[in-house]
Amino acid sequence: MTRLALIVVLLIWSVATAFAQPAQTTPAGALPQLRYGGALSSGAPYTFRDPGDPNKIIGFEVDIMNTLAERLGYRPVFVNNDWASLIPGLDTGLYDLVINGLEITSAHQAAADFSIPYYITFGQIVIRRGDPPLDNLAALKGKRVGTLQASQMEYVLRAAGNIDVRVYDEEIDVYSDLKLGRNDASVMDFPIAVYYAKPDRALEFTGDPIGRIEYGIALKKGAHPDLLANINSALSTMLADGTMHRILDRWALWTQMMAQATGDARSMLAQPIDYDRFVEATEPTTWRGQLERYMRFLPQLGWAAVATVQISVLSMVLAVAFGVVLALCRVYGGVVLDRIAQVYIEAIRGTPLLIQLLFIYYGLPKIGLQLDPYVAGVLALGLNYAAYEAENYRAGLLAIPRHQMEAAIALNMTERQSLRYVVIPQAARIVVPPTTNDFISLLKDSSLVSVISLVELTKTYELLSTTYYDYFGTGLLVGAIYLLLGLPFVRLARWAERHLSRGMTRASS
Amino acid sequence: MQPIVQVEDVHKSFDKTPILKGVSFKIEEGDLVSLIGPSGCGKSTLLRCLNGLEVLDSGRVEICGVAMERKPSTPAGPLADVAHKLRRNVGMVFQSFNLLPHKTLIQNVMLAPRVVKGTARDEAAGLAEKLLKKVGLGEQVDRYPLNLSGGQQQRGAIARALAMAPKVMLYDEPTSALDPIVVDEVLDVMKELDREGMTQIVVTHEMRFARDASDYIVFMDKGEIIEISDEDEIFQNPRDPRTRQFLHRFL
Repeated sequence: MTRLALIVVLLIWSVATAFAQPAQTTPAGALPQLRYGGALSSGAPYTFRDPGDPNKIIGFEVDIMNTLAERLGYRPVFVNNDWASLIPGLDTGLYDLVINGLEITSAHQAAADFSIPYYITFGQIVIRRGDPPLDNLAALKGKRVGTLQASQMEYVLRAAGNIDVRVYDEEIDVYSDLKLGRNDASVMDFPIAVYYAKPDRALEFTGDPIGRIEYGIALKKGAHPDLLANINSALSTMLADGTMHRILDRWALWTQMMAQATGDARSMLAQPIDYDRFVEATEPTTWRGQLERYMRFLPQLGWAAVATVQISVLSMVLAVAFGVVLALCRVYGGVVLDRIAQVYIEAIRGTPLLIQLLFIYYGLPKIGLQLDPYVAGVLALGLNYAAYEAENYRAGLLAIPRHQMEAAIALNMTERQSLRYVVIPQAARIVVPPTTNDFISLLKDSSLVSVISLVELTKTYELLSTTYYDYFGTGLLVGAIYLLLGLPFVRLARWAERHLSRGMTRASS
Repeated sequence: MQPIVQVEDVHKSFDKTPILKGVSFKIEEGDLVSLIGPSGCGKSTLLRCLNGLEVLDSGRVEICGVAMERKPSTPAGPLADVAHKLRRNVGMVFQSFNLLPHKTLIQNVMLAPRVVKGTARDEAAGLAEKLLKKVGLGEQVDRYPLNLSGGQQQRGAIARALAMAPKVMLYDEPTSALDPIVVDEVLDVMKELDREGMTQIVVTHEMRFARDASDYIVFMDKGEIIEISDEDEIFQNPRDPRTRQFLHRFL
């Protein structure tokens, strides 16, 4: 028992050290932090990992944030989150603001406070090169058109009527399906088209700009009026003095709408160096270049694998411990405890893990219980798997003949002692295989924690493959890593089973 | 001297079927008593009531001065503590041995003293070795139960019970699951204990043993004690016709 406690303490310690922010040894008088949220998976050119150096986070919004923070006297700190959870992240205090292509729409304004637009753009129609051109929304009627889920363009396309709208989470999937002939066209924000369609020889731009899209910085509703006012005045200055123009030129994003809004008619203030760098870094390469690229992924994938294992192991420790308690309640707990455990197990098994995860992380703050994403992730996975473990262990306990318990009672052990020394050790042997099974399953289910801003293996796969437009090679690589991660635990389980089975076969003495 | 075991008017039903209908008897220290009777007569249930494995419905059981008593239709809860106290002086051996399969023979014998009494490991090991030698298993201490014959396992189970230093031993059909060829090695251990003055109550179908080793025999039928007799007398001259009918096959 003390050894188990030691292991748990070591685990928690290793996790704490691995995930603690690097010690904040900022000198006295250093600038206060300004934490800004974004989704790395939103890809280029917003906020994304530099394809040339995946350890760096770049993007035109990163440049805007750096300038903005400098002028307001803050030190900018980026916080990654799932795109769909960006606004809920404001409410849980994960960051102070969001800058990530959030459109200033009435729906968004109902959920958060928005700054003045820092960028104004439009929807760009893209088709396969050589297909007949499409002029505008009307020309899309009757066609199958891909766009991003929950984007303003999705709303515009649906409102146009008679368009078969197909929605996606990742922009590169939209263009991928267009090239494969699954869709006839795509309409997405101009910056996306510039970065993912323009460099692609198989695709071309067509038609007029669609709609008007304004990106704004989002803050928690009603929480920081002073900060919002400061941001607005700093943005106004950046728009007026050409700073924004220069940033957007470097990223090849300046639009006619920006020119109109700022009254800045100058054509080009800076070379599109960031755009060129991106195109160069993501160009299809030889297999040798490809291999070198994969080698560059390895450190990042390594850390992601560590995160996956830590989350999984901690969740499993919780699941096993709580599962044992639930199983004991069910088998030996008497009517009341049995019923309570039964209700818990049915409720947990009967609802999706994803909902439990979102509920614990984004739902509980509503009643004043705000958890760190890491804690929330481990808690959700652990509590969920505990329900399944409990049923495994119940089966294990029931498989031990009643006589074993009686013999222990007759030796004057208490019921507790009998369980601990007689019944549970024998049941443990029986439940090792199903528990191993569940752990392997948990290792993979741990990927769900990416919805609450944690970056682990699957999330990293998504980020890398969307950056490089390469689901294939990266997929094989990540698949192999998952497989390798599971193996040691399978071996451990075999050893445990052998160890616990001593005396269970006639040959083993 | 006061009897070491006193049973007074014990009643027990399962699902409203009466199994024990008011059983009373007394046993003096050092006696070996055989409890016989047809299957379903309640003799195993009676034995299990003696150490509280079954909670009696009403009546009184006193062993070594510890008394479990229950008035009809009163809650069973308070009996649990008394039963635990009473079991300090009572060991039990089962038909199916019930040794722990995941522990070696010596670990089986050491477990209860270590867990219940907090005996030091060395001391418990020494005691276990001594007891296993006594039941003739000195060579088998490190083997697992599954690698032992039924007779060896049952002798191991007796050593395990003795490790708690009981004053009374209960046996629930200790030889029924054994090959006839190894029955004697178990019965010999019990005879040896009898010579040393152990009080033993044996539920058995082993009539030869009952006759040879018992100080007296209790015959039960349909939840009642029909006859308590001297071992020779009951076999030669049973008083009750039901006893005669039951023993008919063995005479």
